[in-house]
Amino acid sequence: MSITELNKSQTEKLLEVNDLKMHFPVKGGFFKRTIGAVKAVDGVSFDIKKGETLGLVGESGCGKSTTGRSILRLLDPTDGEVLFNGEDITKLTGKRLRDIRQDIQMVFQDPYASLNPMQMVGDIVSEPIKNYHKNRKGEELKAEVMDLLNRVGLPEDAYYKYAHEFSGGQRQRIGIARALALKPKLIIADEPVSALDVSVQSQVLNLLNELQDEFDLTYLFIAHDLSVVKHMSDRIGVMYLGNIMEVAEKSSIYAEPLHPYTQALISAVPDASKIGQKRERIVLEGDVPSPENPPSGCPFHTRCPKAMDECSKIKPQLKEVKPGQHVACLLYE
Amino acid sequence: MNNSQSNVNHEPLLQVKGLETAFSIEGKDHNAVDGVSFNVEKGKIVGIVGESGCGKSVMSLSVMNLLPKGIGKIRNGEVLFEGRNLEGLDDKEMNKIRGKDISMIFQEPMTSLNPVFTIGYQLEEVLHNHFKLSKKEATEKVVQLLSAVGISRAERIVDEYPHQLSGGMRQRVMIAMAIACQPKLLIADEPTTALDVTVQAQILELLQDIQKKNDMAIIFITHDLGVVSETCDEVIVMYAGRIVERTDVQRLFNSPKHPYTELLMGAIPRLEEEKDMLATIDGIVPSLTKMPEVGCRFANRCPKAMKECTTVTPKLAKNEEGHEVACLLYETSRPEEEVLR
Repeated sequence: MSITELNKSQTEKLLEVNDLKMHFPVKGGFFKRTIGAVKAVDGVSFDIKKGETLGLVGESGCGKSTTGRSILRLLDPTDGEVLFNGEDITKLTGKRLRDIRQDIQMVFQDPYASLNPMQMVGDIVSEPIKNYHKNRKGEELKAEVMDLLNRVGLPEDAYYKYAHEFSGGQRQRIGIARALALKPKLIIADEPVSALDVSVQSQVLNLLNELQDEFDLTYLFIAHDLSVVKHMSDRIGVMYLGNIMEVAEKSSIYAEPLHPYTQALISAVPDASKIGQKRERIVLEGDVPSPENPPSGCPFHTRCPKAMDECSKIKPQLKEVKPGQHVACLLYE
Repeated sequence: MNNSQSNVNHEPLLQVKGLETAFSIEGKDHNAVDGVSFNVEKGKIVGIVGESGCGKSVMSLSVMNLLPKGIGKIRNGEVLFEGRNLEGLDDKEMNKIRGKDISMIFQEPMTSLNPVFTIGYQLEEVLHNHFKLSKKEATEKVVQLLSAVGISRAERIVDEYPHQLSGGMRQRVMIAMAIACQPKLLIADEPTTALDVTVQAQILELLQDIQKKNDMAIIFITHDLGVVSETCDEVIVMYAGRIVERTDVQRLFNSPKHPYTELLMGAIPRLEEEKDMLATIDGIVPSLTKMPEVGCRFANRCPKAMKECTTVTPKLAKNEEGHEVACLLYETSRPEEEVLR
């Protein structure tokens, strides 16, 4: 495999994910043989352009976090390719993988669990820099970390404090400073605000938006809250049971959702602008099926209010139905 | 089933008067709920909103008399249910009311069900506590209850354990348990916070159905203003243990008055509108030990704070439209120009 910079001129796309699959083996029986697989991500394709924010939404268990982790190679995908700047990173090993991880950083959901309680904040944030730039140390390094802490809105004295001394919102700022430390190109934010109160949530969202402009960042923004995803993203991908059901510009996906699942998801969000009126809510029956034994054909057909006979037989592929709006549904084939 | 008690004319179902609940921290009492008064009318849904640490849950635990013993206590005020003061009651008498007349559902359906007993057993327990039923009658009633909350294979669920169910199903079981004795008041403490939106929609629909069918009153505690707008009749906004605003749901969303309410609404991204920047509230809710003694408790975070805000404690005052707000900006005794700033 070559490490050449592939036709950089045409790669407007920073990240391209093609048919990504992540299956977790299920072991059982006397010899602990593999008896099945949890198909957490089952053939996901999308791309993110430079400077863009792509939002991934879906219910819990739909594979959005697993997708994020596979891109960073925190999990080794079962199949498919992840092209970062045109280079397939699923096959990388050793130094090259280490290098590319500088460019892709992650902000985690739980600000209480993702920071080492034994380390001072200064050490948490400087660790990635020390890891990659051995020559930077002492006062120079400290000044750099101070700058970062300052930029994400933490007080000066935060450097010598421990994570437990901070509130949830401030901890998430520490996590963001750590992600920024290596000047990455892509940040994968996995539910960065779902553990926070609304007033703090808005601070963190505003901060992420400011940083995007300032550092020229590209985001993959993973969340279950549709209003938050809409606020943050340029384009949105809707996931269900390991598959992407619809990808489109946020304006079109909210104005005119095409996939029945997207329609149900959007109609389920409580809407404060329509007080007093009884809204037509599409209430889905039942629960999300187990990804160990997903339905045949379209994964959504068991709960889909518009399901047809063919839906249980044919698995629909993502197709461009309207300009920029890709839908995986037999209704549009 | 339990319509034995006669309805008292025009008396609110629940009256909370000047409730003060204190927690003892290092030998000193600190008020987590500080002089809260409100009424819940029969068959109405009252929403209580606010950030975490605003005393919403402590208030509901005070009503149910479920405060942790030795740490939390009601210092002042009274809670009247159908005219009867609940505060003087001993555990035995309170147990007759809890679960039967007033019941509660909690945020985390996994931790509020016992993992070592079957669903059927846990539901039967509630029924046995309040009614004399044979084993067979109880089982039948349980299956009936589970079907009423939309569980399709109720006969089989009774023999299953909580871990075998999904989050939405568990919350349905919790609701079945809460409505088993057809309570007159249900306290729902963040009942949908741990659930996905599609499941949340199912549960909200279910709660509203049951509420109509049984003419039950609900106190709906949540931090999600969207949920409030779709379910509640009346809304109470709490901040740091006090009520800062109370009105009916339409008026609150159309013309919020308290700066805290305004900011809370501006901080939430909404599906139907596009905002460049979200409103933020600087700082956090002060911790119990650091509550300001006098003045408005929101003053240090309030963008509209005036000098007096730290020295004068605002009172919850009602205007002509019945909109109540506790803020010096709206106190009528103040000169006109200052009110308008």
